[in-house]
Amino acid sequence: MLAFILRRLAQSIIVMLVVALISFMLFRFVGDPIANLVGQEARISDIEALRERLGLNDPFYVQFARFITNAVQGEFGISYRLQEPVSQLIISRLPATIELAFTSALIALVVGITLGVFSALKPRSFMTAIVMTLSLVGVSLPTFLIGIGLIYVFAVELQWLPSFGRGEVVDLGWWRTGLLTESGLRSLILPAITLSLFQLTLIMRLVRAEMLEVLRQDYIRFARARGLSQRSINFGHALKNTLVPVITITGLQLGSVIAFAIVTETVFQWPGVGSLFINSVQVVDVPVMAAYLMFIAFIFVVINLVVDILYYAVDPRLRIQASGSGK
Amino acid sequence: MSAQQPPSAPDVAKPRSLAYRIWDSDVFFSFRRSPVTIVAAIVTAVLVLAALLAPWIAPYNPFDPSSLNLMDGFTPPMSEAMMGNYFILGSDHQGRDVLSTILYGSRVSIFVGLSATLFAMALGISLGLVAGYVGGTADSVIMRIADVQLSFPAILIALLIFGVARGIIPPSRQESMAVYVLIVAIGLSNWAQFARTVRGATMVERQKDYVSAARIMGVHPLFILIRHVLPNVMAPVLVIATIGLALAIIEEATLSFLGVGVPPTQPSLGTLIRIGQQFLFSGEWWILFFPAVTLVLLALAVNLLGDWLRDALNPRLR
Repeated sequence: MLAFILRRLAQSIIVMLVVALISFMLFRFVGDPIANLVGQEARISDIEALRERLGLNDPFYVQFARFITNAVQGEFGISYRLQEPVSQLIISRLPATIELAFTSALIALVVGITLGVFSALKPRSFMTAIVMTLSLVGVSLPTFLIGIGLIYVFAVELQWLPSFGRGEVVDLGWWRTGLLTESGLRSLILPAITLSLFQLTLIMRLVRAEMLEVLRQDYIRFARARGLSQRSINFGHALKNTLVPVITITGLQLGSVIAFAIVTETVFQWPGVGSLFINSVQVVDVPVMAAYLMFIAFIFVVINLVVDILYYAVDPRLRIQASGSGK
Repeated sequence: MSAQQPPSAPDVAKPRSLAYRIWDSDVFFSFRRSPVTIVAAIVTAVLVLAALLAPWIAPYNPFDPSSLNLMDGFTPPMSEAMMGNYFILGSDHQGRDVLSTILYGSRVSIFVGLSATLFAMALGISLGLVAGYVGGTADSVIMRIADVQLSFPAILIALLIFGVARGIIPPSRQESMAVYVLIVAIGLSNWAQFARTVRGATMVERQKDYVSAARIMGVHPLFILIRHVLPNVMAPVLVIATIGLALAIIEEATLSFLGVGVPPTQPSLGTLIRIGQQFLFSGEWWILFFPAVTLVLLALAVNLLGDWLRDALNPRLR
């Protein structure tokens, strides 16, 4: 177990180093950031002063060493566009994105598993046909159109829910949450649904396929023969065995959700990390882009690690395999 | 091959015409049997044709400033504007005919989607062939890169490539290069699918006798790959390419919607939706609605075609 985790850790560190290299290359070779910062009327002396202040005159290896040392400490320099430390920018916007991503993951899990189990247990029901058709449409619709559609129905026509922003936020010191106020919760509904839909359809189809597969197995038939209740068979035996792939997909998807949040955050003007990133791409704000890249890579690496370890917890077969082969 | 059958055998039926053989083939049979697919094919054909013929069938040229009149702005669908122009699908804030902008817009969308898919296909197939045929270090390097890339969402990779390109290209040329940057960005974010599939199929094919025979005859490896292996791994590639086309069109629309796609002077469907979103609250729904419907129809139809192709060719997918 320990050896397994250590080997995974080593792999993760290598991935992070490669991403750090790419991020640094961004710094070093992408454009002249000064040109994007100052207007055409700027004096050359001003430009030089700014260049010196942002540390762009130093030689390659100095900048690289500085980048690595700073990155380890979570420092990515000063945003070209906002003239603020990138780490602060990201930290101040992170709660918004995390609340959005976790809420939508929760919606996707609960609704996805429920609908998946239902459509597997009652494959001929009329509801199942509707759900399956909707899921097909949901997969082919682009995220931003779903968001705009929801805004049109619930914000413009019905005027039930707000269409942009986070509503009122409560400052908990280092975490500004929108989950404690009514307007914050109301603002969360539409973006969270938008972000969850893609995952939801994925989880639903996965649970359905796995359930159908498991329900055909001998041990289910045997459980029926033993006279166990339908509920205990369906949920105690069948559903439990479908959870391994569901955990993998949900876990791996969580990274994609944070990346996909770029689109949702733009549609709903949600003040999160994704909208920070997209604004930075538009003006080639390299420090923010590099930091976001490292940040996303870090999340992916951590999630992959956690999912691998969770495998051990959920699937006893892996544990036996590992101890048997001495891994 | 069968067309070259020797005519000496009198009992053998006359070689049928090419059209008949296509009509009679398994693939076309499953096409005829599936009404959904026929509808999807018709929708795709109509949209593609309309986009191709845009300069001839569009009622107005939305990019000719002299034909625009700001007084015509915000005309609802099916009504006559102040200046006497008639707009079937209404007009936008600049007085541009929505139908015409959609026709020109889907032209950009389809062009970018198709080029990006072809680019991804060319790159993915070449790398996949090399990885599957050569094996060893080349294989593990290529596949490791593909693995890492597949674990990141395509849209994120495209965004990064786009950002980098924007930094490298001088501002004066950015507008003219934007479409090509977009094609490369979307293409580079989608090649891994092709590479993975082609690699798997190539590894199967290279074990077969015909490849060994060619090798023994001293045929150049490149020739074996292109002439012998490639045609045998094309079926799954076609399926991925069709579904990939739908994805590429949506990806382009998403990027343009985010404001990092094609320049506003050359709007695609995504740009039109971005523009239309601004007028959602003031009640001018048609500026947003019609481009959105076109995009959904296009993506859905191509997707359905891909699904059908997957079932019809029944390749080594699923």
